[in-house]
Amino acid sequence: MKDVLDNLPADSGESLERLVNSGLSRRDFLKFCTGVAVMLGLPVGMGSKIAEAVTSAKRPPVLWLSAQECTGCTESLLRTNHPTLEKLILELISLDYHETLNAGAGHQAEEARVKSMKENKGKYVLVVDGSIPVKDNGIYCKIGGKTALSLLEEMGSQAAAVIAIGSCSSWGGVPSAAPNPTGASPVNAIFKSKGIKTPVVNIPGCPPNGYNFLSTVLYFVTFKKLPELDDEGRPKFAYGRIIHENCERRPHFDAGRFAVEFGDEGHRKGYCLYKLGCKGPETFNNCPTLLYNDVGSGAWPVGTGHPCFGCSEKGVGFEAPLHTPARLQFITPPLSFPGITEDKAKGATVAGAAVVAGIAGAALGAAAVTGKKLSKKEDEKTERKER
Amino acid sequence: MDIERRDFLKIAAGSSLLLAAGESSALMRPPKSMPPEAVGMFYDSTICIGCKVCQKACKESNKLPAEHTVIGPEMSIPVWDNPIDLSGKTYNIIKCYKSGTAENKNQEENGFAFIQRHCMHCVDPACVSACPVSALRKNPTNGVVTYNKDACIGCRYCQVACPFNIPKMEWDNPFPQIRKCQFCDHRFKEGKFSACCEFCPTGASIFGPAKDLLEEARKRLTLKPGQYYDYPVATVNSKQKQRQKVAAYVNYIYGEKEAGGTQFIMLSGVPFDKLGMPSLSDKSDAALSEGLQHTLYKGMIAPAAVLAGLIFAAYRSTKNDK
Repeated sequence: MKDVLDNLPADSGESLERLVNSGLSRRDFLKFCTGVAVMLGLPVGMGSKIAEAVTSAKRPPVLWLSAQECTGCTESLLRTNHPTLEKLILELISLDYHETLNAGAGHQAEEARVKSMKENKGKYVLVVDGSIPVKDNGIYCKIGGKTALSLLEEMGSQAAAVIAIGSCSSWGGVPSAAPNPTGASPVNAIFKSKGIKTPVVNIPGCPPNGYNFLSTVLYFVTFKKLPELDDEGRPKFAYGRIIHENCERRPHFDAGRFAVEFGDEGHRKGYCLYKLGCKGPETFNNCPTLLYNDVGSGAWPVGTGHPCFGCSEKGVGFEAPLHTPARLQFITPPLSFPGITEDKAKGATVAGAAVVAGIAGAALGAAAVTGKKLSKKEDEKTERKER
Repeated sequence: MDIERRDFLKIAAGSSLLLAAGESSALMRPPKSMPPEAVGMFYDSTICIGCKVCQKACKESNKLPAEHTVIGPEMSIPVWDNPIDLSGKTYNIIKCYKSGTAENKNQEENGFAFIQRHCMHCVDPACVSACPVSALRKNPTNGVVTYNKDACIGCRYCQVACPFNIPKMEWDNPFPQIRKCQFCDHRFKEGKFSACCEFCPTGASIFGPAKDLLEEARKRLTLKPGQYYDYPVATVNSKQKQRQKVAAYVNYIYGEKEAGGTQFIMLSGVPFDKLGMPSLSDKSDAALSEGLQHTLYKGMIAPAAVLAGLIFAAYRSTKNDK
């Protein structure tokens, strides 16, 4: 994969010009790239490297496959402001196929997909949103007469990497909720069963934050490798911490101030929503630091006064009852719980023991000497008496 | 008095065996029963999340100062108000059991569990029995074991008597008192209840009539692990419930019988001896010691007889010297 991407044509110099001509000022563009670098946890200087990567003559081809989905992931991506989606798909990447955003339709669109796949075999990035039904050979989701299952197999095996956007393609999401009538499965499960080795990045969320997706794509384009992933295949820069750790209401949790029901005094005062079933303590995501739609904290669930629902966490969202208290992932701070039995003081130090021993020894010596003296006196007395 | 040294020791050993026989001793007074309007507390370790809000609420409600302790290897890490055990400044503490990798909650092997420690408010409290000046008393109606600092003489018999190691002396105070949980009885007058239960977010600690709590505990033992149950929060009869997945309980209610029963009962997913709870007989030590004492000193006849005997023996053995 790395070799393939290394062979992409280098910057021809005119592409930055193209960007500037399209209305994005050079300054704004570099600002954006630096912003992305910072969000990825990279040094600020990396911004220019990202700029270099995204302005190379050949924009990285991206194919977007939608299976059992609600288009929420696309909608969420549409609301990114820096850059806006049209900048992303027209200037930064080459979005060759996307069922919602395609200009063409029907067979025309399918043709474009097949053409791009042929041209960019092994080089394109495949984005999948929606879960893939596997029951009854996947007949529950078809595009152009082909099942989503066969499309994923075909497109996934030839891709450089797959980005599974949204909870559905990451771990099953809503369609996989019990009783899961269509056998909805995530991308990585299908790859595993079909033996497809293409690397998969999961960007779970319902919908996920557009910037997490954007940053992953740009990281891939810039460094020609995937960002660091956790055990669940999620990029660590976005899913490294639980929501509870950075939550704006965390101080209320620590102080024991809770909203007990919707609309009560604590709820109006913005207290912690743990008692209302907030899943922040078991959900890995960067919602509280990144927030949504660039409008401050009023646009993410906890900011609006609703407990986190755990939409991005496997086994939590769409599975645990909404108002069930979260199972704490980490007991923080871990060091500070007393054990069942605790040593309460240091044992005798060598110096301390020596001092005590010295005193005891001196006392013993003194006693012995006194004893001797006394017995001497005694002896003298008896001698005198005898005389 | 022609008792030989050997015989005396024999008798002494025999009588101590009699004491050790304990349970079946005829000297034991009948056990006390739960007061009519006994209040209690119920701690369910499986749903405790270790947030320590109860500790914070306890300190606030009882106006207790912060504690400066050292923890960690070699006692090298100073921490601020993070007590390692009950003390004159801490009436309530959450302790943590860890084993192996400590990955799973409520699991004995490679797991962890929390335990809340504070006064158990025994039905037949040994501390009350041991207190020579009735500074510690058990409220005859609600059963709360309270402390009266004006009566206390500082003998610390209560500390020795308590099987749960609860009463603590203020060692750093020139006019020390015995300190322990009193179920926040000062809050009862305001119509409130124990602060730790009021603030517990999960319902791990709940307050209520002792018999309702026992009923609730028995009910929880009938639940199947994995099913959902509406756990009451703050009080046992609370309307506020939290639906949670039931963990696998150890089929035992700690405090139902221990030391003659306690008004603080517990459930856990990890055996109680692992959580540092002593395994005790179902009779209070106070029943035996009081039975013994009250038999020996009944009408002061036996002590008077012993005294007379001693005087006679002393008189006889010194008679020849005069």
